[in-house]
Order: sequence, then C-alpha cells, then structure tokens
Amino acid sequence: MKLSPATVEHVAELAQLSLNEEEKELFRGQLSSILAYAERLQELDTEGIPPTATVLALQNVMRDDEVRPSLSLADVLANAPDVEADCFRVPVVLETEE
Amino acid sequence: MSDLAQLTIQQAHTSMSQGDCTSVELTQAILDRILALDNDIKAYLTLAPEFALEQAAEADRRRAAGKDHPLLGVPLAIKDIICVEGLPTTCGSRILESYVPPFSATAIEKLRSAGAVILGKTNLDEFAMGSSTENSAYFPTHNPWDLDRVPGGSSGGSAAAVAAGMALGALGSDTGGSVRQPASLCGIVGIKPTYGRVSRWGLVAFASSLDQIGAFARDTTDLALLLEAISGYDPRDSTSVDTPVPNYAASLGGDLSGLRIGVPQEYFVDGMQSEVERAVRCALATLVDLGADVVDVSLPHTDYALPVYYLIAPAEASANLGRYDGLKYGLSLTARDPSDTAKPSLWDSYRQTRGQGFGPEVKRRIMLGTYALSAGYYDAYYLKAGKVRTLIRRDFDQALERCDVLVGPTTPGTAFKIGEKVDDPLQMYLADVFTLALSLAGLPGLSLPCGFDDQGLPIGLQIMGGAFDEATVLRVAHAYEQATEWHTHRPGGTLQSPSEV
Repeated sequence: MKLSPATVEHVAELAQLSLNEEEKELFRGQLSSILAYAERLQELDTEGIPPTATVLALQNVMRDDEVRPSLSLADVLANAPDVEADCFRVPVVLETEE
Repeated sequence: MSDLAQLTIQQAHTSMSQGDCTSVELTQAILDRILALDNDIKAYLTLAPEFALEQAAEADRRRAAGKDHPLLGVPLAIKDIICVEGLPTTCGSRILESYVPPFSATAIEKLRSAGAVILGKTNLDEFAMGSSTENSAYFPTHNPWDLDRVPGGSSGGSAAAVAAGMALGALGSDTGGSVRQPASLCGIVGIKPTYGRVSRWGLVAFASSLDQIGAFARDTTDLALLLEAISGYDPRDSTSVDTPVPNYAASLGGDLSGLRIGVPQEYFVDGMQSEVERAVRCALATLVDLGADVVDVSLPHTDYALPVYYLIAPAEASANLGRYDGLKYGLSLTARDPSDTAKPSLWDSYRQTRGQGFGPEVKRRIMLGTYALSAGYYDAYYLKAGKVRTLIRRDFDQALERCDVLVGPTTPGTAFKIGEKVDDPLQMYLADVFTLALSLAGLPGLSLPCGFDDQGLPIGLQIMGGAFDEATVLRVAHAYEQATEWHTHRPGGTLQSPSEV
C-alpha cells in the first residue's frame, strides 16, 4: 500500500519539516517500500510478549539535591543564533490579531 | 624508526618510553601523513594540528616527569559526533556546521586524562545515519584499500583514518553496526561495547536505547587498551552501568581450550558474497585448531532485526532530533516567501531550519520515525517492533546460555562502490543485516580481519559476546590474531607514506 500524499504532508507537519514537492514524492515512494518491508513483523505472534524499550534493568537513582558546577551563561549562549539580554531571542510565538 | 605512522599503540608506547621518539615527533609524522593522503581519502572533517601538537608536548612533559599510561602521547581520531570542547562538532550535518561544544564527552575527558593526543574529528554519515559515509553533508570518505569504494559507515572516517595510518586508533559510535561494519570494510579491528559500558555523555544522540561509543585499532591489544580507557560508570549518563572495568589487555592470551563458540546458522544466507562465507568458515576452523568447541546455534528472529531496527531507531531519532530548532545552537533560518510581509513565525523558522538543515537520509528517518509513532500506527509499528525486539534478545540469551561467544561474518559483502546504493535506501540498510540484531540486544560485538576477497578487499569476522563480557570477546579475537596474519596487512598502492615514496 502506497502512502497518500496527504499522509506524507501530515507527517512532515508533525515533524516540523518543510519539504518541496520533489522530496514529498520521493519520500512517499521510499517510505512506502520501507513500511511494506516492515509488514513482515505482522507474521509473528507477539501475544503476551512485553516490548523492550531498553535492555537495562532500570531502577530509580536517588541523590541529595545539591548544587553542582554547570556551564556558564556565556558558554550556554555562545552557540545561539540570536541573543538578547542573556536570553535566546526567538521569532514570534503567538500571533495576535491587531 | 622508518615509519612512525605504522606503529601500533603498544609499539608507539614502547618507542616513546625508550626515548626513541617523542609524542611531538610521532604526532607530527601522523599530521604529515594526513596532509599527504587525506586529499584522496577525506577521512577528516576537522584537523587540529596546533591543538594536537600542544597535547603532544604536554604528553612529553608528563612522560619526562615520570608519568605513564598506555595511551600517553598516542595520536587518536574522534568521530565528529562525539563532543571535544573547542573543536567543531558537526555530526556531518549542515544544521550543526557552526556548532562548537562548550564541553567534552566523558569518553574524551578519560582519553585526555590518560594523555592521549586528539588529532581532529572524522567524517560520518549525517547524525550516524548510514552505512557508507556517503550521507555526510560535506563529502564522502574513500576506502583506503580502493579509493572508488566506501569505507563503510557510519564511522567511516575513523575507520579509514586508522586503516591508512592517519591515526593510531580512533573512537566511533555504533547504533546498528556503525563501528563493526566500517572496521570490516577497512580491514581493522573495531568493538561495540555492551550498552551501558561506555558513557554516552557528550555523544550526540541518534537512537538512545541503542547508541554506544566504540573504538577502532589495528590490533586487538590496542583495542583492549582503548576500550579500558573509555569504559566505566558515569553519573551524567543514567544508562551507564556501575560495574567494574576489567584490565582488558591483561585478559588477553592463552589458547581457547574449553571455550564454546556458537555459529548462528542465520548468518550464512543466500546472496552473501561467497568469499566472505569461505573466509569465515576458514576462521572457524582456525578457532577449532586453537582448542575451541564450535557448535551450531540458531538465532531464529534474525530476519526480523532489520525491520525492527528501522522502526525503533528512526522513532527514537525523530524525538532526539526534535532539539534542532534553530534557537539554541546550530543553523537558524527565518526566511519565508518574500511576497509575505508578515514577520516570520516560530513555526516557519522550525520548518525552514529543519527542512534546509537536514540531509535526505535524516529527513527520511525522521519522517519514518514520526509515522511509526503517530496516532493510529503506534501499535502496529513501534510497539510491535518493541515486542519483536524482546524475541531477538531472547534468541541471544538462549544461544549464550550454551556458548561463551557467537561467531559469524560482520557483513554479507566487502566494500561496495561509491554511489552503488545511494538511490535505494533498503539495499543500503541490508549492509547492516548481521550487525543490527546484536545492537537491539545491547550486547558487545567486535569485528576483526579474517581474509581478503578476490579483489583484495578486507573481510571481517564478527565475535559477539554476553553482556559486559568484552574480555572474552577480546580474548577470542586475540587468539585468532596470534594464529593469523590478516591484521598485519595494510592498504598499499597510492597509500605509500611520503618517506617511502
């Protein structure tokens, strides 16, 4: 089953990726083949099998809430594309009606 | 001392300890070789000659003051997905072209405290997504054995650098085979440790339940030294495991009497290169000669590792790469249609930055992972893949109950031509078919040279072990290496160092 163009656009929207028409068509074909290949997983009966999210036996680790060294403000901001008043400056988040 | 660049780490250590050469001389010799060869191989994204020579001078001072460590003054290459404070870390991506991390990875801190010399950062498939290093946004790396072929990937730059004598050892990262596969294609030794053995702090995240830093070297003893130096618990990585680090180099040696080696039947498949199968069967015979018991085992869910991996890794990547938003670091684009006079919004900025900043394979995997996690498809794809991952882990648990290690080929074929598989992602993914399952199980694996095909390209033998049993994996590799001479071969032809020409 080939993914619909609408599905490809929806997924690009969820992933916050701008794609041109050529990319959308290319990915539509390639993702469809990869997903078709992945269909073979449905052959397996996994009833009652717990999923693996990590191979480790995770446990809670507690520690005292104490101040430790961290990066300086200058270091943190050094790679920022746009800085103002020691903050990351970002484009408009909420567009208001005027 | 005819060619310093061809020394192993142990030989270099001996030379420096005896005063035959200094770290500055050794580092300069490697830098000269890089200048002579890397225009053709293109293993390095960033070369840091001044930084390297400063570290070398410091290593010489430490040695003069009576300090010692097996890596003191040894020049190494670092995959450009592992942060080194002050050097660019691009991950092979345009989106991080200008990023300079303000901190070093734990593995780097450990190498530097041992006195190792960092030469620079090596090329990779963008964000470690690929099997050929062709997905680098900058340029492809060429295989030192045949410049028309790929070095493997994603840690292709590190593998090519070590194979060509442009570093004595290197770090890479392995998510689904990205250390073992390029080690195999470049004719060197490479190890992916157990998940949790080496801290991931400072390793830029691709798929967090799979990523592990690994190492490359020209022989097993060097590899043991590198692994020991970077291993250990780190409170900054909640998935690093607090278990003692053995002296790996000291555990090498002896024959293999009483050792049980399992040979997974699923690792010999139709369509694999016949010379690869022949070389691996010969290697198994050598291991029998060394005293090991070789038995057939089955890993029945091997065929499903590829679809499981290509759902789980992209799903995790789609979340991890959400951080590239053009606000805190990296590329930032706010352009929109010039006819639109309104100020660009945050959403426009995200989409433009990510759409322009990521290359095709990264976008493909983000799309695939986002789809697999999206409403209506989560159960059928991501959750199903997690359940089959459990079955794959159980395969290994059962096989390793009866055996100390498992042995098979690292890859189904030797190095392929540059450009051969770039247009067909699924064909490219199949290059990892023998390395993915072990990554999904979180277990350690090593690749070492076991022969050459008819075109003179190296073939890799994969040795897979139980959790945190790198020592046994290394011991088997070392015994095989002592009985054979494959690891002593070096790429020739155009790769004569300047002093030999």
